[in-house]
Amino acid sequence: MLKIIVPIKQVVDLSHIKFDDDGVGTIENTTGGEINPFDLNALEVAVQIKDKLGATINVISMGEQGADSILKDAIARGATEAFLLEDSAFKDSDTLATSYTIASTIRKMGDFDLIVCGEKSVDGDTGQVGPEIAEHLGIPHVAYVSKIEEIGEKLVLVSDMDGEQHTVECSFPILLTVTKNINTPRLPSLRDKLNSRKAKVEIWHSDDLISEANINRFGNAGSPTFVDKITLPSEGGRKGKTFKGSDLETVKELTNELEKDEILKGFSTK
Amino acid sequence: MTNNKNIIIIAEQQNSKIKSISYELLSKGKDIAEKTGADLFAVLLGEQLDNEANELIYYGADKVFLYQHSSFRDFDPQNFKLNIVNLVQEQKPDLLLLGASHLGRSLAPRLAAALQAGLSADCVGIEVDDEGNIIQIRPAFSGSVLAYVKTKTKPVIATLRYKSTQSRKRDTSRKGEVITREAETIPSLITILRKQKSGDINLTEADIIVSGGRGFKKADDLSILAELAKTCGGVIGASRPLVDDGWIGKEHQVGFSGNTVKPKVYIACGISGSSQHLAGMRRSDIIIAINTDPSAPIFKIADYGIVGDLYEIVPNLISEIKGRIL
Repeated sequence: MLKIIVPIKQVVDLSHIKFDDDGVGTIENTTGGEINPFDLNALEVAVQIKDKLGATINVISMGEQGADSILKDAIARGATEAFLLEDSAFKDSDTLATSYTIASTIRKMGDFDLIVCGEKSVDGDTGQVGPEIAEHLGIPHVAYVSKIEEIGEKLVLVSDMDGEQHTVECSFPILLTVTKNINTPRLPSLRDKLNSRKAKVEIWHSDDLISEANINRFGNAGSPTFVDKITLPSEGGRKGKTFKGSDLETVKELTNELEKDEILKGFSTK
Repeated sequence: MTNNKNIIIIAEQQNSKIKSISYELLSKGKDIAEKTGADLFAVLLGEQLDNEANELIYYGADKVFLYQHSSFRDFDPQNFKLNIVNLVQEQKPDLLLLGASHLGRSLAPRLAAALQAGLSADCVGIEVDDEGNIIQIRPAFSGSVLAYVKTKTKPVIATLRYKSTQSRKRDTSRKGEVITREAETIPSLITILRKQKSGDINLTEADIIVSGGRGFKKADDLSILAELAKTCGGVIGASRPLVDDGWIGKEHQVGFSGNTVKPKVYIACGISGSSQHLAGMRRSDIIIAINTDPSAPIFKIADYGIVGDLYEIVPNLISEIKGRIL
C-alpha cells in the first residue's frame, strides 16, 4: 500500500481580511481558517490514488490549536491520519524553517512513497515549501504537475514548464507540486464530516522532532528572512476617466482618450 | 581589478536560445550592482551555447559561467542545483537572482534548502537600503499588500517576476569573460518522455487581457469578448463565477485562486471587482472597466471607466478600435 503525505496550510479567506492604510490586516466575520484552496487539489490527488490503488494519507499542518479543525476537514475529505505541529518554537517560520520542520516530521514518520503539495498558498503566495521539503529529504521533485497519466511501479506525469508541457517518468519516492487545474476537489459528505469531528489529531511539539532535527533551525532562529514592513500597493496614478452611456458616441469619447493617451498603439489585430 | 562582491543571476535557455527573462534579471542585477559596487555574473546551463553566452555579456554580465552538457538541454532540478550550489559556495555572491518562471520557482527552493539560505519568491522589486542591505519587495495575500523582506544571511535568494523591470539595451561593444566550467552530473531520476507546446493560454505573460464577468448573461455571449480580444491582440480572462459555472476553462481565471496578471492593458467587461478578482489584476499597467453599476469597485482602480451595457459597448468598442488601428 502506498504511503502518501500531504502537507496542508491553514489560511483565512481573503474576503475576511481587511487591510488598513498601513497594510495591517484584521480578520473579520469568520470563525476560523480553512484549508488553503490549492492544498485541496493536492489532497484530492492523494484521495484519488487511495481510491484506485489503496494508500494511507498522512496530512501535516503547522500552526496553532485552531489548525486541528482543518486537519479534521482533511480527514473528512479522505485523509487517514492527521498530524499537527504545534509549538511556540515554530513561530515566525519562513519558508526555509517551515520546510525544514515539515521534512523533519516526515523523516520521523518513517517510510513514504509520495508527497503531494499544492502549487502555493493564497496568503504567502510563495509556492516554495514543496521543493524545499524535497531538497531537505534528498528526493527528486516534479513541480507544476497538471496531470497524472499513469501510476503504478512508475509514475508518468505532465508538468507545466513555461509554455511547454513535459510528460515525465519517475519513480518513488518523489514529491509533486500540483496545479489547480489537475482536478476539482470533492466536497466531503455530511456523514464523513460528522465522523471526522471525532477523529484523532496527533499533536507533535519541537521535542518530538529532536531525533530528526536541529532545533535551532526551527521558527524564528531558523528563518533567514523577515518582513521589515508591509505596505498597500499604491493605486495612485490611476487616471480615473469615467464616461456614462453605451451608445457609439460615448464609446467614441473613450476611444478618443485611449488614442490620445497612446493606449491604442499597443493593440495589434491578430 | 579584483572584486569580491558579486551578484549572480541564473539565465534561462530554451532550445539553446537565451530567454528574455535572463536579460530582465541582468538589468535588475545591474541596478543593484551599481549601488553596491558588485560585479555581475550570469550562470548558463544547457548545450550548444558558445555563441549565445556572449549575449549575456552584451546585456550586462561581467562574467558568464557556462555549463554545457547534453543532459542540460532541459531543466533537471537536481543537476542544475548541484552545479549552481558549487559555484555559489565558491563565489559567495550577495544575491542570487532567478526568474519567477516555472523553472526558477522549481529550482530556487532547492538551492535555498541546500544552501540553508533565505528565499523570497515572486518579487516585483529589489532595492538596496542606505546600509547596503538588499530589500526584496513581494506581493502577499494575492497582491493585497506588498511585503518588504530582508534577509539575515548571505546569499539572498530571490525570484523576480516577469516584466518587473526592463532589460537594458544590447551593447555588442561590452566586454566580459565567458568561463566554461566542467559540468558535474548525477544520473537523473526524472526522464522527459515528450514535450509539447502548451495549449494553455498564458495569462501571466499576456500584454493585453480582455476579461469577462457576471455581466454576461450566457456562455454563448462570450463570443463578443473573444472578438474584442482578437481586435486588441489580447487573450481572454474571466472572473471566478464564469469558471465555476463552467462557461470557460480554469486557465482563464484571474484572481485570488486563479492567475495573478500584470498586462499592459486589462479590459474588465461586466466585472464588478470583488476583492478576489482585484487581487489578481490590480497591478495591471492600465485598467479599462465596463460595467452597468457606477458604484462597482472595479471603477475605483480603473484608469478608464465606461458605465453602461456591455452588450452595446463591446460591439461599439470593437468597431471603433478596428477603425483606428487598421
